[in-house]
Amino acid sequence: MKKWFKHHEAYVLLVIVLFSLIITIFNPRFLTLENMFDLLKSYSFIGIFAVGVTFVLISGGIDISFTAVATVAEYVMAVVIIKYGGNIFFAFLLAAGVGIALGLINATLIHYFKIPTIITTIATLNIFYGILMVISGGKWIYALPDWFRSFADIRIFTLHTSEGIAYGLSIITLIWIITIAIAWAILRFTKLGRGIYAMGGSITAARRVGFNIFKLQMFVYAFMGLMAGLAGLVQALLVQTVAPNSIVGKELDVLAAVVLGGASLAGGTGTLFGTILGVALIAIMSNGLTLMRVSSFWYNVFIGLVIIFSVSFSAYQRRTKTKRAIILEEE
Amino acid sequence: MKFKLSQLYILGLVMVAVVILMWLFNPRQFLTLGNFQSMAFQLPELGLLSMAMMVTMLTGGINLSIIATANMTGIVTALILTSTIDPAAPPSGAAWLIVLAIAAGLATALIIGLINGALIAGLNVSPILATLGMMTLVNGMTIVITKGYVISGLPNAVRFIGNGTIAGIPFCTILFALCAVMLAIVLNRTPLGFKIYMLGSNPTASYFAGVSNRAVLFKTYLLSSLYAGIAAMIMMSRFNSAKAGYGESYLLVTILASAG
Repeated sequence: MKKWFKHHEAYVLLVIVLFSLIITIFNPRFLTLENMFDLLKSYSFIGIFAVGVTFVLISGGIDISFTAVATVAEYVMAVVIIKYGGNIFFAFLLAAGVGIALGLINATLIHYFKIPTIITTIATLNIFYGILMVISGGKWIYALPDWFRSFADIRIFTLHTSEGIAYGLSIITLIWIITIAIAWAILRFTKLGRGIYAMGGSITAARRVGFNIFKLQMFVYAFMGLMAGLAGLVQALLVQTVAPNSIVGKELDVLAAVVLGGASLAGGTGTLFGTILGVALIAIMSNGLTLMRVSSFWYNVFIGLVIIFSVSFSAYQRRTKTKRAIILEEE
Repeated sequence: MKFKLSQLYILGLVMVAVVILMWLFNPRQFLTLGNFQSMAFQLPELGLLSMAMMVTMLTGGINLSIIATANMTGIVTALILTSTIDPAAPPSGAAWLIVLAIAAGLATALIIGLINGALIAGLNVSPILATLGMMTLVNGMTIVITKGYVISGLPNAVRFIGNGTIAGIPFCTILFALCAVMLAIVLNRTPLGFKIYMLGSNPTASYFAGVSNRAVLFKTYLLSSLYAGIAAMIMMSRFNSAKAGYGESYLLVTILASAG
């Protein structure tokens, strides 16, 4: 038990349980399966982004451009399937392909020019988004094909409320779950995953051990691109409209969620479990505030306070831990 | 002859290239006095915000909360102004009230800087996280205070900050130049400036050289907030109003400007 509380995730989980309890006391509707499945569906979008961002943070970098990548992938996918038709697999391939391609551009710039990743990706955010806006003229797309619409309504299993309203696990949530599973397997079981952690810990050390830094970086940013592409597709599935200005601007929200889950911006640390908890915390807070009838004006105040307390707490913890380590060494 | 291709030199070349390119695209309008004057009006707020970002980046940190700070400052100042002064009143009678409102606004900015400093210097929170949290919190507070509405109806005298001219030069450009010179003096001619650079290049070395890293970081984030506050005055005056969420797209631009 004591060992368990050394992990950042344990505290986040504790806060989530505490919040859930408070919200449930105020409004018992919170803890219904219907509400939970709804949350899982609507937060798949942020959740998929968060999986990619976790990879980048673990590798010691940072990516700001993913919102633009998602927008471009979403838009290209929508234009192509409307013009040439196709099926859902084709849509997936398109969004994923565009995402990966743009991610590789990021990786190439970062590797060859050695510009700090935050600056490279802010620049590419503006480039990708700028080019899309010039070509598309900022036009919204409404007329998505019927098969695209009906795919979004598929449920893995269906339950009914006492009033007979159907609900259940959406296929959109399943996409998120699959990405988590794949990402988890990569980080946990492959040499690639070890390499990403090693690179985040110390890029020089990782190089000397024999990891190919270029390949690792290519993989990390391509993976981020893939996740961004999928997130773009999921956004299109969720809202059934493609608005070029709807995703860009959310990058820091996603970053906040991942950071709440314990991934450090210094690289080398972070887990997918933590990221899921971070996303869950944000989701539960915003849902809870709505259910408790708190004005949505207060939403950012609460999120801000939670972020500040969380990062202060983990900084404080880190300090006591290093102090303890120094004392132990001297003894 | 051997040129040292310093970054500043390349940046200068890029700027000249952009000016020429713009001129080629639009020869009739770009190189006119009117256009340069209008650019001179737009430059100060972005310039001041970039300086606010730059000082923190010199120490190896970042301040994501500058735009939120600026909006908060603008809102506090505008609220005091609109609640105490009738916009139609003659400007002379309310001069001290305007000064008071601006002072209160800048004090708000300093309080935000104080909290940033306490988190970063005191608790060792990484700057990007501390200021990300502050950004969200302060943004939230501006929305709560204004309920999303625009605060307008400022006294006419305030408009001078952003739109007035002295001898043909926009007042805000003069303000910007003053702030830039002051910052240059602080950075290049004072112990604090030297320590800021030292801390940025190697915090461990500066610590062992007897520099109080904490004090330097603390002052840096105060300075950053103060400059964001000054930018807020120009923004408020130019928009002739204050609102939550003004200028949010500037944030990432200032990071790029500081990195250049």
